[in-house]
Amino acid sequence: MDPAMLIDPLFRVPFATGLLLACVLPLIGALLMLREEWLAALGLAHLAAAGALLSLAAGAPAVAGGLLAALGGGAVKGLVGARGNAAYAFMILGGWSALLLIAANTAIGDSLGHALVEGQLYFAGRTDLAAAIALALVAAPALAWLMPRLLRARLFPRDEAANALPAHRWHLGFDLLAATAMAVGTATLGLMGAFALVFVPAWAAFRLASGWRATLTLSAAVGVVGFVAAFQLALALDQPFGPVLVGVLLATAGSVLLPDLLRARARSARVDAGAPGWPKPGGSQVRPPP
Amino acid sequence: MDAGTGAVSRMLLELDSLRAGYDRPVVGPLSMQLHAGEVVGLWGANGSGKSTLLAAIGNGARIFSGEIRRAPGLRVAYQEQRPVRLPAMPFTGRDLLRISGAKGSIAALPATLRDLLDRRVDRLSGGQYQLLCVWAALGRGAELIMLDEPTNNLDPAHEALLAEMLSRRSEERAVLLVSHERSFLDGVCNRVLELST
Repeated sequence: MDPAMLIDPLFRVPFATGLLLACVLPLIGALLMLREEWLAALGLAHLAAAGALLSLAAGAPAVAGGLLAALGGGAVKGLVGARGNAAYAFMILGGWSALLLIAANTAIGDSLGHALVEGQLYFAGRTDLAAAIALALVAAPALAWLMPRLLRARLFPRDEAANALPAHRWHLGFDLLAATAMAVGTATLGLMGAFALVFVPAWAAFRLASGWRATLTLSAAVGVVGFVAAFQLALALDQPFGPVLVGVLLATAGSVLLPDLLRARARSARVDAGAPGWPKPGGSQVRPPP
Repeated sequence: MDAGTGAVSRMLLELDSLRAGYDRPVVGPLSMQLHAGEVVGLWGANGSGKSTLLAAIGNGARIFSGEIRRAPGLRVAYQEQRPVRLPAMPFTGRDLLRISGAKGSIAALPATLRDLLDRRVDRLSGGQYQLLCVWAALGRGAELIMLDEPTNNLDPAHEALLAEMLSRRSEERAVLLVSHERSFLDGVCNRVLELST
């Protein structure tokens, strides 16, 4: 692989766009994981994909339609106060149905539908880059304000009601930020590529990190490393970007977690073998009388 | 009333003929006052409405009749019966206290809990986590602290530590404490209210 590809003028805009998203999406993913709403990413991505396709069919930028559809879904969810993954399951079903129906009934829909599902990052243009920059500029201060409130709401849920806090501001605010991020991500990286960047890095970080700051750092690091590797691999092997990104992230998560899994397996084997210091399974913990 | 000076301490909370519950009234009618500096226990059989009473004060249950009057601007810390435990919680004890707003209380943390500051909370025992959550409630600067069954998951040593934490009284705040362990309440509270079914 040639690192010079990363700064080739032809690929500079797609690379910069994806890199920004690879920083932001895993951070959103960490908060979705904390709220046990990681399915949100997939639900919003489906809505965004349907909106983006409709937008493209009408001759408008994909980001515009994707943003409107995802924001609409996020706003409805926030306003009706739906929590948990059920709301997102309905978004997935609705978005999937709309995506395929739009693809089947518009002149360019079928090929564009495929492009959205596969994730053709290399076609990202200045509009996509502008959307990614805007997202990063909004997400930085928004996350700084939202994060302490969302963490406290998750770990000390009774405090909001007991102190009559205006909690809808940060819950709805985060729903809208997540929707925006997924819309920009889906239009640029494809449906599953954006979902993988939200889900996989945060999932790995939640298992490995020693604390919350390490979780955020590790999430972003896995996202960025995975993105850069996938960008080069997809170019070098002439493969669609989305599936390569998903594969690389899965491999990265696997390699990060492998030492942990091996340690757990070794520990389990030592217990089974009745090694010194480990009680045998099912064995009595009480010493027999001398 | 302050026993030493005779001065009346600030009233933080007043319940006036309160009846509260969810689909139907579970507790009350009940009237009481809570003043700064007090630690008040709520005791009663299962189903007597102890936790429901805390929930009603914390805006989490329905008021059927009567009234809850709070001191203006009263800040409340409410630790529910089962602290939130997620499948994976990448937070250290220090993170937990910082998130709760109790970061300033770390210096005064008992030595047993100080050892937990840099460990992930999902790798602590139920009792250790429970105590950290209680400390987070006590240390976040609230004037009214409500603790629902804080002795859950605690072995005798940790229960003694909880009693020591609660004995660090402050004249600025009051603690309302629900427990089914009468002897624990008698040991740490100024007074104990008994709720009947």
